[in-house]
Amino acid sequence: MNIVVCIKQVPGTTEVKIDPETNTLIRQGIENIINPFDTYAIEEAVRLKEKHGGKVTVLTMGPPQADAALKEAVSVGADEVILLSDRAFAGADTWATANTLAKAIQKIGAFDLIITGRQTIDGDTGQVGPEMSEMLNIPFIAYVSQIEEIKEGYLRVSRMIEEGHEVLETTLPAIITVAKEINIPRLPSLRGMMKSKSAAVTTWSIKELGVNDKEVGLAGSSTQVVKIFFPQRVSQAEVLTGEPAEQVEKLIGKLKEAKLI
Amino acid sequence: MGIKIDQKKCTMCGNCVAACPFGVLDVADDKIIVKDGCVVCGACKDACAYEAIILEEVQPAAKVDANARGVWVFVEQRKGAIKNVAYELIARGRELADTLKTELCAVCLGHNVNEVESLITHGADKVYLVDSPDLADNQEDYLTHGLLNLIKERKPEIVLAGATALGRSFFPRVAAILNTGLTADCTGLDIDTKKRLLLQTRPTFGGNIMATILCPNKRPQMSTVRPRVFKKSDPNPSRKGDIIKVDFKKAGVTARTKLLNFMEDITEKVKIEDADIIISGGRGLGKADNFKLLQELADCLGAALGSSRAAVDEGWIPYSHQVGQTGKTVCPKLYIACGISGAIQHLAGMQTSDCIVAINDNPDAPIFQVAHYGIVGDLFQVVPEMIKKLKG
Ligand SMILES: Cc1cc2nc3c(=O)[nH]c(=O)nc-3n(C[C@H](O)[C@H](O)[C@H](O)COP(=O)(O)OP(=O)(O)OC[C@H]3O[C@@H](n4cnc5c(N)ncnc54)[C@H](O)[C@@H]3O)c2cc1C
Repeated sequence: MNIVVCIKQVPGTTEVKIDPETNTLIRQGIENIINPFDTYAIEEAVRLKEKHGGKVTVLTMGPPQADAALKEAVSVGADEVILLSDRAFAGADTWATANTLAKAIQKIGAFDLIITGRQTIDGDTGQVGPEMSEMLNIPFIAYVSQIEEIKEGYLRVSRMIEEGHEVLETTLPAIITVAKEINIPRLPSLRGMMKSKSAAVTTWSIKELGVNDKEVGLAGSSTQVVKIFFPQRVSQAEVLTGEPAEQVEKLIGKLKEAKLI
Repeated sequence: MGIKIDQKKCTMCGNCVAACPFGVLDVADDKIIVKDGCVVCGACKDACAYEAIILEEVQPAAKVDANARGVWVFVEQRKGAIKNVAYELIARGRELADTLKTELCAVCLGHNVNEVESLITHGADKVYLVDSPDLADNQEDYLTHGLLNLIKERKPEIVLAGATALGRSFFPRVAAILNTGLTADCTGLDIDTKKRLLLQTRPTFGGNIMATILCPNKRPQMSTVRPRVFKKSDPNPSRKGDIIKVDFKKAGVTARTKLLNFMEDITEKVKIEDADIIISGGRGLGKADNFKLLQELADCLGAALGSSRAAVDEGWIPYSHQVGQTGKTVCPKLYIACGISGAIQHLAGMQTSDCIVAINDNPDAPIFQVAHYGIVGDLFQVVPEMIKKLKG
């Protein structure tokens, strides 16, 4: 079972704060992390390899410092890691990102399964996986919460939609995006951490990928970010005071008045 | 590609460094440098009083199809029932089409879909109806190619779909094949009338940053739109329009995935997407059993039960109840948040509700920032009191 996992390095945004004076993101003290959804993708790939044999290749497109994310992937079981880095890749939208990743996967060669996260916590589009499936012309299933069966050329999964769970089958090679329900990612072992220190990160630029600089990065992107702003929140809550009985009395009065109940 | 700084004009005032929302500008060796991560949003250019910042325009690789006309809405249906998000998009699509002085078309792929005429009474000029037993269970390869063929034949300028599980899964595939831009999960759609372009506004970074995105050089311009952002309009029974039946061209398309089974989530008594009232619980509930208290309140009001991600992560309630960035977006008439602190990811899923009530013992909880009425108190006292009053 040869599996390719795509990961993205993102700012660990749980602590994101806006500087009220300059109205910009406070970046200080925010480290870059592996997109949380992608840690489930790595874990699932490593589990499949442990059960069925094969190899896990982890791929990221990003600036040179994204190699830290790849080394972390090695510490939890990735066999081979590849960094796609080139100034020409900068500013890519999801189409250009998917195109670059797809070209790299074609260069890697034979694979059975590609796993991506369901979405990132920064760009947050969830589009890279489905777009890549068309560029590689292989089956696609989103929001997988369980791999029920996998064998040569065959895959059956359970996935989550609004109304419940669907069980779907498809042929391999295929691409899936995973939800956090799929597993609990392991922590790196001591041996993993040792391995990660000496891990060799393969780096490919547009030259190695053999792509045209017009089809990657900003030049290959059809979408353009033209404005950025911060949502303004001004609290207008009417606080209802008193003992609980009194508070509830007031609340129910207000809600009835507004014909909400 | 990116931004350039004209060193002759730059006075090193530092305004651009402060203005960059992504923090990628910096001062080094007496000049401003651009680090990795620039998305060319132009915030620095706006902040520069000396015109020292130049945005390098991307040269359009292809000429825009200037003849593309019409606003299209993909009509999502499940088992023949049209989803509300389709009507919401028709309401907004109608306004966009009027601004552009063009037609609004609804595209419906399914089998024995009910009330197709209602798409017209709600605002569409035309309905392209593709009916086939093959389309009964929303097989995504069929949807992708069914929609793709129509777009290629009739060349609309804008195509919208709901940012639902289905929309976010198959719409990117259509965009990928067309090699056009797709803006995800929009909460705002407007028209730049001068340039005849769709202004697509969406939250990113977990709702911390709003971005407005254009697709200037490709057609169609495509967006997925978050459900419950736009309001469904009232039907006008006298509106006229055409229902155009289109054959489903199955040849050349392979269904590569097969649906074997579907398990409906049965803990949901009332669907939260459709509920007028939602009672939602978070970490403050303390344990799974306490959701029973909320269920009792919900039963008094005919409300649906929602939850924050924290409660789902704890295993207190299934994922289908989760409201927020990675759960559902809701917009009920009344949203009562019990023991929910209001992380930005949760707010992203419910802040457009008509009326929000927050019950929380921490007066500084961010949920109070979006609430209309706040009760600072112990939910285990307040909620039973509400049940007593409502039953009494
Ligand atoms: C404010 C802002 C708004 C944006 N809005 C849009 C938009 O509406 N449409 C659009 O097309 N682009 C948009 N972009 C650009 C988009 O964020 C980037 O293209 C990004 O490289 C990939 O998109 P994502 O983060 O949404 O990934 P997603 O599509 O959410 O990622 C899904 C999965 O794909 C894989 N993946 C994603 N990126 C990489 C990578 N670089 N390397 C390896 N694997 C990866 C991961 O497994 C990830 O879990 C926006 C950018 C910004 C800054």
